Amino acid sequence: MSVVKVLEGSEAVALAVKACRPQVISAYPISPQTHIVESLAKMAADGDLDSQYVRVESEFSAASVISGASTAGSRAYTASSSQGLLLMTEVLYASAGMRLPFVITGVNRQISAPISIQVDHQDTISLRDSGVIQFYVESNQEAYDTHMAAFKIAEDANILLPVMVCMDGWILTHSYEQISLLAQEAVDGFLPPFQPAHFLDVRDPKTWGSYAEENVLMEFKYAIQNAMEYGKNRIKEIFRELAQITGRDHGGLIEAYRTHDAEMVLLAMGSVVGTTKDAIDQLRMKGKKVGLIKIRCYRPFPHEDIWEAVKGARIVGVMEANFSFGSEGAVAMDLKARLCGRPNAPLVVDFIAGLGGREVNMKVITELVEIMEKASSESICVMEPQWVGLDQTILSQGAQS
Amino acid sequence: MEISIGAVVKGGTSLEYKTGSWRDQRPVLDMEKCKVCGQCESVCPDSAIHVFDEEYVIDYDYCKGCGLCAYECSAGAIEMIKEEK
Repeated sequence: MSVVKVLEGSEAVALAVKACRPQVISAYPISPQTHIVESLAKMAADGDLDSQYVRVESEFSAASVISGASTAGSRAYTASSSQGLLLMTEVLYASAGMRLPFVITGVNRQISAPISIQVDHQDTISLRDSGVIQFYVESNQEAYDTHMAAFKIAEDANILLPVMVCMDGWILTHSYEQISLLAQEAVDGFLPPFQPAHFLDVRDPKTWGSYAEENVLMEFKYAIQNAMEYGKNRIKEIFRELAQITGRDHGGLIEAYRTHDAEMVLLAMGSVVGTTKDAIDQLRMKGKKVGLIKIRCYRPFPHEDIWEAVKGARIVGVMEANFSFGSEGAVAMDLKARLCGRPNAPLVVDFIAGLGGREVNMKVITELVEIMEKASSESICVMEPQWVGLDQTILSQGAQS
Repeated sequence: MEISIGAVVKGGTSLEYKTGSWRDQRPVLDMEKCKVCGQCESVCPDSAIHVFDEEYVIDYDYCKGCGLCAYECSAGAIEMIKEEK
């Protein structure tokens, strides 16, 4: 039996984490993730949460605490945002290399400077090469469900990698929605206690991530890639298993929305997906053959599933809230690299939309589809990334000063 | 070394790496001046100085010759000399 409650997104995540019974939680405050660890702190103080709740002095320590807890054989969790996630970077690379299966909620927020606390994906995208598995969620219910799956995926004996569940700050974390909560017995049945193959024990000393010379280092890195590739199917299996319990199927590595006969496909991730689906429904009513691919799992990158969904289309428009300065958006780079060499691959246009919380509404999305329609009908390859909605007045002021 | 997941191995593997060969200067301890205070042992970053029969012994298999012990020794009992092979 599940219970339905109206909850703030952060509280829903905290309840999901609690239900997963982590033995160690580390916490360092940063907006907009604060309410998650705050809710967990209250549960711990009230005696409702049987976890070691460790308050630390920085995000570097927050990551180090769960890394250490994981080597000791504990299920471990933390959450962070923006600069906090960047400060964890070194530890996350090391933890992936040591194959430590903890879970982090990456609450998306832009990176300074200029400073702002609004949402974009620059923070978690910056961690894409670390060996951490990354999911992006559209809604708070999906955030709740994905955290359950995250621990099971991380702890799979053939995966053993950290997992980050990325959710948009404010838009999700601070919104109140109906959330269907699983009964504890259902969660326990789905997610048994963590059984590590190795754990720290003073009676049997071991070293994690020991020195590896040039004759073996590459093989260790290749093993992480193998785990990622193996993960693609295993993640889908675990999502299906969870869907049977919850009755909610959010899709596999991607969700293909109205792509079956689509000539134009948008590709997006995070909370903008909901708005995009509505925009597509409206455009469909006007006879436009538009579809959407929502990326749920960004690392490993599900290029096979994306190809299956876009192979009949003439153009794909990537909407992304990140940018690699001097090049283009990371998701477009991934997509183009994996489409290259495919027969009759669609054109790809990269839309940089929503940096620093700039609104991406149905009007904006409809305008993007118009650009795609023109490019595909005239077979124009739009090489340069398109910055959506730039204010020319502000830009000209900047040029003068 | 075999590939173990996460490069997890039995502890103490660094003992196999005799890093003393990296040294270009060696500390020499003058027991006449040594007060057996333990300063050198506590600052050695390679744990290469041990107390043995109430005397300090430098383990040249692991001493990299950084000279911290000589710098910190308040009795001036440690001198760094050029390593020769």
